[in-house]
Amino acid sequence: MSQKVLLNATEVNIALHRLACQLIENHDTFSNTVLIGIQPRGIFLAERIKSLLETEYKVKNIELGYLDITFYRDDFRRNDKLIEANRTNIDFIVEDKKVVFIDDVLYTGRSIRAALTAIQSFGRPLEIELLTFIDRRFSRHLPIQPDYRGRQVDAINNEKVKVCWKENDGLDAVYLINS
Amino acid sequence: MSELSVKHLLGIKYITEADIQLIFETADHFKEVINRSIKKVPSLRDITIANLFFENSTRTRLSFELAEKRLSADVVNFSSSSSSVKKGETLVDTVNNILSMKVDMVVMRHPNPGAGVFLSKHINASIINAGDGAHEHPTQALLDSYSIRERLGDVAGKNVVIVGDILHSRVALSNIFALKKLGANVKVCGPKTLLPKFIDSLGVGVETNLQKALQWCDVANMLRVQKERMDISYFPTNREYTQQFGLNKKILNSLDKEIVIMHPGPINRGVEMTSDVADSKQAIILNQVENGVAIRMAVLYLLASKIDRNEN
Repeated sequence: MSQKVLLNATEVNIALHRLACQLIENHDTFSNTVLIGIQPRGIFLAERIKSLLETEYKVKNIELGYLDITFYRDDFRRNDKLIEANRTNIDFIVEDKKVVFIDDVLYTGRSIRAALTAIQSFGRPLEIELLTFIDRRFSRHLPIQPDYRGRQVDAINNEKVKVCWKENDGLDAVYLINS
Repeated sequence: MSELSVKHLLGIKYITEADIQLIFETADHFKEVINRSIKKVPSLRDITIANLFFENSTRTRLSFELAEKRLSADVVNFSSSSSSVKKGETLVDTVNNILSMKVDMVVMRHPNPGAGVFLSKHINASIINAGDGAHEHPTQALLDSYSIRERLGDVAGKNVVIVGDILHSRVALSNIFALKKLGANVKVCGPKTLLPKFIDSLGVGVETNLQKALQWCDVANMLRVQKERMDISYFPTNREYTQQFGLNKKILNSLDKEIVIMHPGPINRGVEMTSDVADSKQAIILNQVENGVAIRMAVLYLLASKIDRNEN
């Protein structure tokens, strides 16, 4: 198994700042926008973006929710392992709001497909955008593309892209793992 | 994530503590789901479930049906009163006929103890026991323990007394197994005629004085007197039963602590407990009903994940 660093901590930080700025360009004061972190790995990125927006760019009162997609996945009983559910925590209504889905890696697009179904349980959003830190292009199974991307990666299928976050993994970095 | 150690839920006796914890954790997520404005998830979209009720039931059947529908399963209902069982068909034939119509799971209530176990040896579908005679009623016990966990934080180390008709109660037996597996201390309390001989071999204490039992416990689970299962008189009159084993405000106020009151329903108001007790803040009877749907969703979801897709 070999491992290659795609982004180090500094590069991750630069990308995060760029993503935050791009969000401000489109959503200004976030008065009608909510952020939704996709469980389990998207929540670290979502929290990071939120705190960047609040501390560095002085955007106030950003609403952030977590969405678990386990029960909406299309691979139930097709997967060998049962997938562990996580907490959904959305204490606001998404009806007529602009929703930004936040996830760390966009690969086949199936998680986002599930998230699109799941979010309907919380109302009908005005529009939904997708922010993803790593976009693995060429590996999509569904016609889903990100609106904001940290870095585009051309990885082949037996390679794995791992995004590490300081809060969870001890440091910020993105690795390409070849098994 | 670990998965259940069993393919069927036939009784609490056959599952492990880890299974129970897994069901509880999954139920936590489903409880969040059923409190949303849109209470449905598509997990069991391609699963068909038959609810076979060979014995009357309102709450359990409704609860199972709601759980199945909230998971987007297809549901067929069957009750023995309007079926070929009356014409002399055997259980295995009845169920095999239903399974030929491509049913993946069976939820069954049956008046004979062991009906679920028997069926699991003869048919190829996941079976959930929704009550078999005076044997087990596993989902009720799971939701009871889950409700205790929700109210008191944990089940381990809590003192739970089960009061009333222990002899005819499948709820009592399943509850004893579940509570013991989760580390609670259990006592049973009731008229001697309604306490099975050798019940202490299950590791439970026996008490015939309600006041003493209540003083000892954190939770009192008041069972219904099952008149329909009594072929002889086990106590002289309802009035006498109520005087000795009925719960009222006066007894509750005489205790030096606030205990949690449970009842699996349907309540005979004025027999097992007075109305002011049933409607008091200490009673979590309606929480039990709400948790019942979440628990059943969890059980269905976890068992459905073990069904082989390629079998049918």
